[in-house]
Amino acid sequence: MNAPAEHLLAARGLAFHYGAQPVFAGVALAIRRREIVALLGSSGCGKSTLLRALAGLESPAAGQVSFLDQALASPHPRSALIFQQASLLPWLTVEANAAFGLDFRHQPAIAAATRRERVREALAAVGLAGRESAWPAELSGGQAQRVALARALAREPELLFADEPFSALDAITRAEMQNLLVEVVHRWHAAVLLVTHDIDEAILVADRILLMGGRPGTLLAEWTVDIPRPREDHPGAVTALRLDILSALRDTFVQPTADVA
Amino acid sequence: MASRRLRLLLPLGGLAAAVALWSLGTALLARSVPIATHFAPLGALRALVGLLGEALLWEHIAVSLKRVAVGLAFAVGMGVPLGVLTGLSTLFAQASGPLFQFLRMVSPLSWMPIAVMVLGIGDAPVYFLLAFAAVWPILLNTAAGVAQLDRNWLLLARSLSATRFETVARVILPGITAHILTGVRLAIGIIWIILVPAEMLGVDAGLGYFILDTRDRLAYAELMAAVVLVGCLGFLLDFAARWLHRLWLHGR
Ligand SMILES: Nc1ncnc2c1ncn2[C@@H]1O[C@H](COP(=O)(O)OP(=O)(O)O)[C@@H](O)[C@H]1O
Ligand SMILES: [Mg+2]
Repeated sequence: MNAPAEHLLAARGLAFHYGAQPVFAGVALAIRRREIVALLGSSGCGKSTLLRALAGLESPAAGQVSFLDQALASPHPRSALIFQQASLLPWLTVEANAAFGLDFRHQPAIAAATRRERVREALAAVGLAGRESAWPAELSGGQAQRVALARALAREPELLFADEPFSALDAITRAEMQNLLVEVVHRWHAAVLLVTHDIDEAILVADRILLMGGRPGTLLAEWTVDIPRPREDHPGAVTALRLDILSALRDTFVQPTADVA
Repeated sequence: MASRRLRLLLPLGGLAAAVALWSLGTALLARSVPIATHFAPLGALRALVGLLGEALLWEHIAVSLKRVAVGLAFAVGMGVPLGVLTGLSTLFAQASGPLFQFLRMVSPLSWMPIAVMVLGIGDAPVYFLLAFAAVWPILLNTAAGVAQLDRNWLLLARSLSATRFETVARVILPGITAHILTGVRLAIGIIWIILVPAEMLGVDAGLGYFILDTRDRLAYAELMAAVVLVGCLGFLLDFAARWLHRLWLHGR
């Protein structure tokens, strides 16, 4: 293991464009160990692209990303990804889905027994013990997203990238999953970068909220959320923060431009 | 309960009605064309039972099934890579689209004279015809499968720093297998239909050859028996292909 770095992930002067169209520019951010950071912004403002650049899936046009003080050129083995869709592999059982990729060549080599144990633990943590041999088609949307979460946890990530992971779920399931996410990442000692366009989700889940917007996108504001958990029990503080974020959002509306995204 | 029994009884009833019509038809026809009696169901059934006891028929069946297997293997070997290429490269898809549509619409049997001239008499032109007829559904279904691959699966593979081999073997190929199997099922149907006429030209074994042989021997009961047999085997092949598809899809 490296000497503990102050920041798990750090980015400076990050810029990206699709062809001539700039997506974001001058993005600087840092994520500490075990910290849950929400990246909040309206649809199309470049959150997903920024997440992919931070995860090492896109190379930025400018700037650099470092993971544990090392420049990141490709996805780090100690980071994992979940998307809006569970994107389970339908030809694999729940167990095989959760284990997917653990045996890939560029992943840390682990014994088969360790692998099984990790998968068992991850599936139990997301409440799917006993469903190991089920097929993805037999699962509800929420259960599928639980498997996707287990698939990420089985890799024992230091950092979990989550791109609107719950926005396809119904409100009740979403609330359940938000609580589950917080619980398991605390248990796994993982940090999270949660991309969301849902202000309430950001407030309920995150330790820190980054507001993204503008064209090209930049980080416009930042809030540290120190409301005690469970935050549903502190409606006053939650409402105050929501109003604060809403007013910041109103101030940052960019003039409508002629181009059609 | 009642509906399940009905589901079993209805097809049997349909088949029984067909046999009755067959029987009636040959009986009516026999009034003006006496030879038609030889084509009646009972005689065909008796001939079929007799033939199934003979080694010769099984040899013809084996030869035909081997041709199906070889033709299908060539069709898969050509169709899957071409389908993947079509699905991955818009350039290739655009360049090959009209050509493929054109070739697809030429009856494979039209190539028979050319195939025999180029490949000689024997199994080779039959393999060519079968593969040529069967490659299209496999190609088109494979291409559709690639187009419908979940982009997140590929992103997931990249986030795991998957090698190119791991991406193809663990994501792309299993991801398009259901589509390939659909193509294979259609291909088997086409191959089985093309097989009999293809075997009527320049070969001396196989079910198509056997049908001509029964005609030449004036063994009309055996001819009808062979027709029934071809239908049964085709039914079983299709059943097997469907079963394979379902097996792969599990609970989906
Ligand atoms: N592959 C792509 N090619 C060109 N433009 C893209 C591509 N993906 C996204 N964009 C554009 O980049 C901008 C940011 O997209 P995205 O990062 O997905 O935003 P968000 O996740 O915040 O909704 C959008 O305007 C979108 O149209
Ligand atoms: Mg997005």
